Amino acid sequence: MGLSKDQIAQRIAQELRDGWYVNLGIGIPTLVANHIPTGINVEFQSENGILGMGPFPFEGEEDADLINAGKQTITAMPGASFFSSELSFAMIRGQHVQLTVLGAMEVSDNGDIANWKIPGRMVKGMGGAMDLVASAENIIVAMQHTNRAGESKLLAKCSLPLTGVKCVKKIVTDLAVLEVDPERGFILLERAPGVTVEEIQSKTAGRLVVEGEVPEMEF
Amino acid sequence: MSATNYISKVVPNAAAAIEGLENDMTVMFGGFGLCGIPENSIAAIRDKGITGITCISNNAGVDDFGLGLLLQTRQIKKMIASYVGENDEFERQMLSGELDVELIPQGTLAERCRAAGAGVPAFYTPAGYGTEVAEGKEVRVFNGKPHILEHAFDAPFAFVKAWKGDKAGNLIFKGTARNFNPMMAMAGKITVAEVEELVEVGELDPNSIHIPGIFVQRIFQGVDYEKRIEQRTVRAKSE
Repeated sequence: MGLSKDQIAQRIAQELRDGWYVNLGIGIPTLVANHIPTGINVEFQSENGILGMGPFPFEGEEDADLINAGKQTITAMPGASFFSSELSFAMIRGQHVQLTVLGAMEVSDNGDIANWKIPGRMVKGMGGAMDLVASAENIIVAMQHTNRAGESKLLAKCSLPLTGVKCVKKIVTDLAVLEVDPERGFILLERAPGVTVEEIQSKTAGRLVVEGEVPEMEF
Repeated sequence: MSATNYISKVVPNAAAAIEGLENDMTVMFGGFGLCGIPENSIAAIRDKGITGITCISNNAGVDDFGLGLLLQTRQIKKMIASYVGENDEFERQMLSGELDVELIPQGTLAERCRAAGAGVPAFYTPAGYGTEVAEGKEVRVFNGKPHILEHAFDAPFAFVKAWKGDKAGNLIFKGTARNFNPMMAMAGKITVAEVEELVEVGELDPNSIHIPGIFVQRIFQGVDYEKRIEQRTVRAKSE
């Protein structure tokens, strides 16, 4: 039995470090904000132009002029700031943001990521994802280990159009925490509670490196 | 010294503000989703029946609001954007080939606007390297990392929306409604700013101006702002 989406977010939150500026993508990454460890101060950046993004507003306090990149109504924390898209991406490309967490359709064992387009289907666009993955020093992917058809999303080579090349550093799935070494492949760091190394091996299509005893994740 | 020491940019309304906008032009529209969009200008363009528009905008509105209004009436020929979900009519026109669509990374979109306004013809960015966005583009390696060459936009008209503005065209934005508006204001050869509150010169603190009036050719007091919310998300009081 693998992790729930909320548990994936909780495990990623353990990667947060004090003083970091963090950009969270849409979906599971957004949930990371609910699990900030005690004693850790981080500020969330949303690429539409806010640093210091707070939780959703109370009912009746929604402001049409205050949204996140997912177009959801949000609040601003004390100390927050607003800025233009150009300045927002200067922060991102200029590597002033320490961590980017985003979802993916596929990741390859050299760190390529595909998450914006399925040929033949409606294409919604890449939004800020290509700028984020091309520039961020630290990228964590949050996703399910397999797709709806049960096929591995951790591949030797992405089959879908790429969002970025050799950029993913770490992946947290419902089954495992993996580090990406472009030379060696997916390094298995941790297993979800009750999930065996064999199951992770059978559901990972790309190169998987298993070294010694692989511990279970701790929450 | 003359009677005024500022250059007035004021026009009476949206209809006057779109004067000179013709069919088959490239036009920038500020906003992110439905946040900070020039509602009055979009309505005026719809009413005047301008067609063949090439839109530069981060998004394409929703079916019945924002740029979706100009899609309904088939006034848009091409859409240059970074994200175009949430719009069924857009999808239908795109899949049927009626609408030409060019998707580009959001930061590249922003910088191509800024570059246009800042007199920078082109720039290198790492965004999109190794993807289909880079196809046909010059690649150069800086500090060991490959970058692609992107060009400034060329837009005769830009429509932006601000919270407050004065008669000299100085603008102040509110919250995340700022988004693409400042750099599109810089980029437009004719930039039209519509504002929720148009005030006399001298009423805005010069320290607080986000976009100086030099970037704005026309300004008008907007009316009947709907400011629709796309995704209303709230939390319970007990949290």
